[in-house]
Amino acid sequence: MIQLQATQLCKRFGERDAVVDVSFELREGEVLAIIGPNGAGKTTLLSILSGGLAPNSGEVRMSGAGGVGWVPQQTAVYSKLSVAENLRLFARLERVADIGHAVEEMLDQTGLRSRARDEVGRLSGGNRQRVNIAVGLIADPAVLLLDEPTSALDPRQRARLWDFINARVASGTSVVFATHDIAEAERYAGQLLVLADGEMLFSGAPSELGGGHSDADLERAFVSFLAEQGH
Amino acid sequence: MALRALLGKDLRILRRSPVLVVLLIAYPVAIAVLIGLALSSSPALPRVAFLNEIPPSQATIMLGSERIDTTRYEKQLFQAIQPVRVSTRAQAIADVRDGDTIAALIIPPNLPEQLANAAGSAYVDVIYNGDAINQSLVENAIESKLAQANSLLSAQLSRVADSYIDLLLTGGNLHFLGNSFDVLGLVRARLLLAATLSRLPPSSPLRPDIEQVEHFAQIAVSNLGGSKQVIGAVAAPIAVVQQMLSGRKTPLDTFAVAVAVAVSLMFVCILLASGMLALEREENTLARLHRKLVPTGVLLGEKALLATGVGVIVAFAMLSGIGLFVPLEWGRVGLWLVAMLVGGLAFAVLGVALGAIVREVRAASLLALLVSLPLVFLALVPSGSVSGGLEEAIRVISAVFPFKPSLEALDAAVNQTQPSLTIALAHLAALIAGFGTLARLALRP
Repeated sequence: MIQLQATQLCKRFGERDAVVDVSFELREGEVLAIIGPNGAGKTTLLSILSGGLAPNSGEVRMSGAGGVGWVPQQTAVYSKLSVAENLRLFARLERVADIGHAVEEMLDQTGLRSRARDEVGRLSGGNRQRVNIAVGLIADPAVLLLDEPTSALDPRQRARLWDFINARVASGTSVVFATHDIAEAERYAGQLLVLADGEMLFSGAPSELGGGHSDADLERAFVSFLAEQGH
Repeated sequence: MALRALLGKDLRILRRSPVLVVLLIAYPVAIAVLIGLALSSSPALPRVAFLNEIPPSQATIMLGSERIDTTRYEKQLFQAIQPVRVSTRAQAIADVRDGDTIAALIIPPNLPEQLANAAGSAYVDVIYNGDAINQSLVENAIESKLAQANSLLSAQLSRVADSYIDLLLTGGNLHFLGNSFDVLGLVRARLLLAATLSRLPPSSPLRPDIEQVEHFAQIAVSNLGGSKQVIGAVAAPIAVVQQMLSGRKTPLDTFAVAVAVAVSLMFVCILLASGMLALEREENTLARLHRKLVPTGVLLGEKALLATGVGVIVAFAMLSGIGLFVPLEWGRVGLWLVAMLVGGLAFAVLGVALGAIVREVRAASLLALLVSLPLVFLALVPSGSVSGGLEEAIRVISAVFPFKPSLEALDAAVNQTQPSLTIALAHLAALIAGFGTLARLALRP
């Protein structure tokens, strides 16, 4: 079942094209990685998908129940509030029916129960990112959007985070994430979308990028592909 | 629901930032108290070393029949300065040099002689320490009192001149160096000449000369009589007639109350609104809230409400505290609250506009201070004290920001002054609409 459908999305900032004619579909339990150089339009595309930014043209369509959960690149929670208070606040703003249950569930799933009463500003970077993701998931969305979710994490924290995300995927949540880490995209994503200067250069399975490559060479294949496309 | 959730969240954040809250309240209250004190208290008298070199026996001088006591003018001068009496000129100079006094005033021993001769101006010596501000302070104090002394002295001198002119005109006794002289006077001289002329035959060769002298006496009587008015006018060149217009004039202390409350309200509302909105950007939560969770209008309204609420509580507490020392009409408390609420909302909306424009709490606070402080000073510039063009510019700037109309609303609510509270509130409502639109535009995703 198709959870998210983006059709010919375009976004301009003044004279600059940030996203040009981007279309794709995302099925239930599917993981899509958006990769591209800096300024490619990855964050802009995620912002449009999240509903935080209106496209100049094109359409984003959601199917079935459950909305979109959004996890921005930088931690977007209140550092003076505790973990539980942040979750409770965003649950109220998301109009979650059973706020207490949702908060308890997120504390369990993120492993932050023991830190529930601690102010977020006092947590480590990894734990802050877990709170950030928990806020994105508090309304139990059908689609989770993550903007470079592991960029500030060490390898152990990255692995724990992907374990957590994969558990959600296994239960049917669809995931779209932007990343600079090509290996991460290849390892966790079933679909790859390559953006450069707002244009969608590639959409398909990671193995199809550059006409086939060895596992270790995806990054090289990506760079060669960009060069071939004139970027 | 979103509004209540955000309000609760912001109050919780404020509760966990006690230093911020104390600064936010203490700073404007301190500024307001200082402004209030500066407006309502009399300036302190400058300390001036004072040396009177006139020997006590020569302190009184005689001008005609008038006795002039020079110590009387000394006392008048002391109303403008705090005198530190010294016994020598060297000690006066040392006091100024050491900074014990900011100036020295020396009355030279020959002052009575100079006054008695009336050959020219009599002088006093003033020594400054070279500090421009102090010099200006002492200069103003001494010059204003010397002007008063000169005025009184001129009046006395003109009375002496009057008595001499009267003697010349009508005659009488003149006392000089212990002797008494009978002075004929021009009026009697002219009468004697007229009587002499009537007794002379028409063909007398003496008649043309006596007629010429009699004519001169007539002209002298007319003109000397008029010269008394001229001398009087020189002694008091400008007379001031005071007139109070109808209506109520705000006493300075209650106006200072309105200023102090308006300043507190402004700082709390602008700093809190701009800071709390900028905090949303700094915490990156604005992007989350923009995701259709909270409409822009609700977010801006929540910040404005929070800032207005806190600002009004601080301002009302302050006004109530001041009310213990300055008599206020408590029957008008409802109007005070209306003025505070609308004024506070205008400040808060300006604050959210500033917070929407900048992206960091520190930058927002700095901008809020940079905008607020000049507005206070501009609003307190008395009309007519600067040139026409500058006054017009100040009037326009004061009108497009909320401090002046808020001050007018508070002054009208507390002191029943003009313009009316309704006009001030309408002005504030227009500013709320304007800055609200600006904030919405600045916060567009």
